[in-house]
Amino acid sequence: MHPTARRVLAAAAGLALLVGASACANDEQQAAENVPGVTDTEVVIGTHQPLTGPAAPGYSRISAATKAYFEHVNSKGGVNGRKIVYKVMDDGYNPANTDNVVRKLVLDDKVFALLGGLGTPTHTNVLEFVKAQKVPDLFVSSGSRNWNQPDKYPTTFGWQPDYTVEGKILATFVKQQFPGAKVCHFGQNDDFGRDSLVGVEKVLGPVAAKQTYTTTNQQVGPAIGALKAAGCQVVISASIPGFTALAMGQAAGQGFKAQWVVSNVGADYTTLAKQLGDKKVILEGLIADNYLPMSNDPADPWIQAFTKIHQQYNAANPIDGNAVYGYSMAYTFVQALLTAGKDLTREKLVEAVRKGGFTGPGLTPFRYSADVHAGYSGVRMNKVTGGVQSYFGPTWTTDDGDGEVKEFSGTPTAPPADAIPTT
Amino acid sequence: MTATEVSPDPRPTRPSPLRRLLPGPPGAAGARGSTLLRHLVLAVLAGTAVVLLTNQLAPYQNLQVARVCAFLCVTAGYTVLVGLNGQLSLGHGALMATGAYTVALMQQGFDERAVQGRWILPLSLLLAVVVTAAAGLVIGLAAARLRGPYLAGVTLAVATLVPAITTIFTDVFNGEQGLRFPMETPPAFLGAYFQPERWLAWVALLAALLTMLLMANLVRSRFGRSLRAVRDDEVAARLAGIHVARNQVLAFVVSAACAGLGGGVYAVLTATVAPGKFSLDLSLFLLMAIVIGGLGSLAGAVWGAILLVALQDLPSLITETFTLPSGLAQRLEGNLALAVFGLILIVVMLAAPGGLHGAARALTARLRARRRAARR
Repeated sequence: MHPTARRVLAAAAGLALLVGASACANDEQQAAENVPGVTDTEVVIGTHQPLTGPAAPGYSRISAATKAYFEHVNSKGGVNGRKIVYKVMDDGYNPANTDNVVRKLVLDDKVFALLGGLGTPTHTNVLEFVKAQKVPDLFVSSGSRNWNQPDKYPTTFGWQPDYTVEGKILATFVKQQFPGAKVCHFGQNDDFGRDSLVGVEKVLGPVAAKQTYTTTNQQVGPAIGALKAAGCQVVISASIPGFTALAMGQAAGQGFKAQWVVSNVGADYTTLAKQLGDKKVILEGLIADNYLPMSNDPADPWIQAFTKIHQQYNAANPIDGNAVYGYSMAYTFVQALLTAGKDLTREKLVEAVRKGGFTGPGLTPFRYSADVHAGYSGVRMNKVTGGVQSYFGPTWTTDDGDGEVKEFSGTPTAPPADAIPTT
Repeated sequence: MTATEVSPDPRPTRPSPLRRLLPGPPGAAGARGSTLLRHLVLAVLAGTAVVLLTNQLAPYQNLQVARVCAFLCVTAGYTVLVGLNGQLSLGHGALMATGAYTVALMQQGFDERAVQGRWILPLSLLLAVVVTAAAGLVIGLAAARLRGPYLAGVTLAVATLVPAITTIFTDVFNGEQGLRFPMETPPAFLGAYFQPERWLAWVALLAALLTMLLMANLVRSRFGRSLRAVRDDEVAARLAGIHVARNQVLAFVVSAACAGLGGGVYAVLTATVAPGKFSLDLSLFLLMAIVIGGLGSLAGAVWGAILLVALQDLPSLITETFTLPSGLAQRLEGNLALAVFGLILIVVMLAAPGGLHGAARALTARLRARRRAARR
């Protein structure tokens, strides 16, 4: 036989073998397989985080804290005898990378659930995929109302107060404290900024001026100039830390003296001070809101408990608002995992969150129920005085609809032993 | 070409009809054999092989196959423009974005009006090709008047402008958050357990094969020869009766259409588009990919597309394999792909100026020569 013909024949035989082996049954087999990411000794979960890129300042420390908390839990035997394996993938706050890493986590690493995927523009891009794969998508690190669409995205849940809740409360505060002032809005050019503006305008009516920024463009000068030209006296800002620092730096440079009232996501003093370096004095008098214990409050029992874990597993990083966020969210996840029970399935985990009733470090209750997938219901105002960010005034709660903004009188529960939930 | 290959053809003047279906001996095509038929057979063979391969792969690997196919649509057209016609474009990432946004807006529009059907996806992709070709025509008209660095400058502007447009007209394009549309699902007759990623791989494969088939024929056609003539010497080409400007514009339109299709398929794979996916980096990566693959050859475009996908996973692979100090790992993850690409580019340019495809061809030629020598 001619060598070429022989080679062709061999190749054809090889192909035929391939066809034979590829009985499509392997798909059904895969579908009927055990729960992905769960064994008797382990549960594997994953997340996408901005470890590099425009949102990395500050936010890159959230996953470090979450990881530290899981290490702590694992050292005490894990949850229902399973150790938590937490896979962190960097997406650089770029939606294209988010697509890639989330697909890798779900399809290749076969994670049981996604936890705290960070960012509004980034996580929005994977909603369709997460829905198609029926992956529990818990506690997205963003306050967009996108996560609260149980009919459209049944497995996705928010965690922090959404930006509309926050906007309503910030506006209510501004209305009380700065009556008659010219109030303006500065926001990120996506659902973060838009949802915040919706909340603000629900309470105040149309704002005097509104400007936006995009994370790929560091030039915020013109936007700040426009706010100055409009004569704004109070600027409510929905910005990530890097851009809060940029905007306030620009304002100071332009001699624009307004009261800045900043969303909790972009107002952690430690993060901002580091960004601004020796210009950090401009943060004096900054007003913001939060819903977790202040990282600089050593009297708080939660901060004491988290500091202990921090020193053991995460000492290289400072304990700031981002770390407290990471610890608190991880704590809520462990509660959800406990509630889901020993025979872990994806459905049971989703059901556990829908049932709600979680407690923890937060100042207000969660809103989880059968038809609400939104997290914390309110915030409390804080202010930077003498380089220290501390709470003042009442805690407020509301919803993202037309519900009124109410003062909340409940107190947070004390942490359990070792800061590990028992039920 | 060796002397034996130009010996007179022993075949009868009218070959049997069946004979025409078989791929002729290499080099024998052209006036007698049908180039189209030969390429069709090759395409069907390659397609069958990939389809069989997708049956064996896990979901994530199938997704990677799909990504390679999507990028192949782009690199095939791009290498025709840069390698064969000698026009440099740094804006092909933006042309991909044009196709991707067209598909997203179409799919979203149909979804909002509750229109359903299997024809929607092909229609959206077709429209993506048409819209991008139109955009390519506009850029091409400017390009035909510009040379070298000036052309690079203009296309570079396009690469930065298109993502900016999406944040200016936020109402239509939804800014940096981008657009979402329902995921493409496999048709029901394939069974309830059919892997969605395998279906996506098939869709992308069909697009890639179609592009490769058209490009392979184009390269060997009269138009392809004019492309090369214009690249090598514009004055000589003009003397030979080639309309240089028209030829250049056409080359731009063709490669833009390919980029539009690739971008559209890329959007379908993730069911979303966002400007962050089509940054300037992508345009530069595309150029590096076809240069490393082997400029001007379609096989080089395949290498380039594979490289583009492989490098996407490299940073996470390295940081997972080696336990690096967290600070270093973070710095690496952000810049590694670009650094590795640059490094490969330098090495390939030094070691094999013809790119990976050129190197592979040289290697097989040397092996064949050695075997021939051994046989004697």
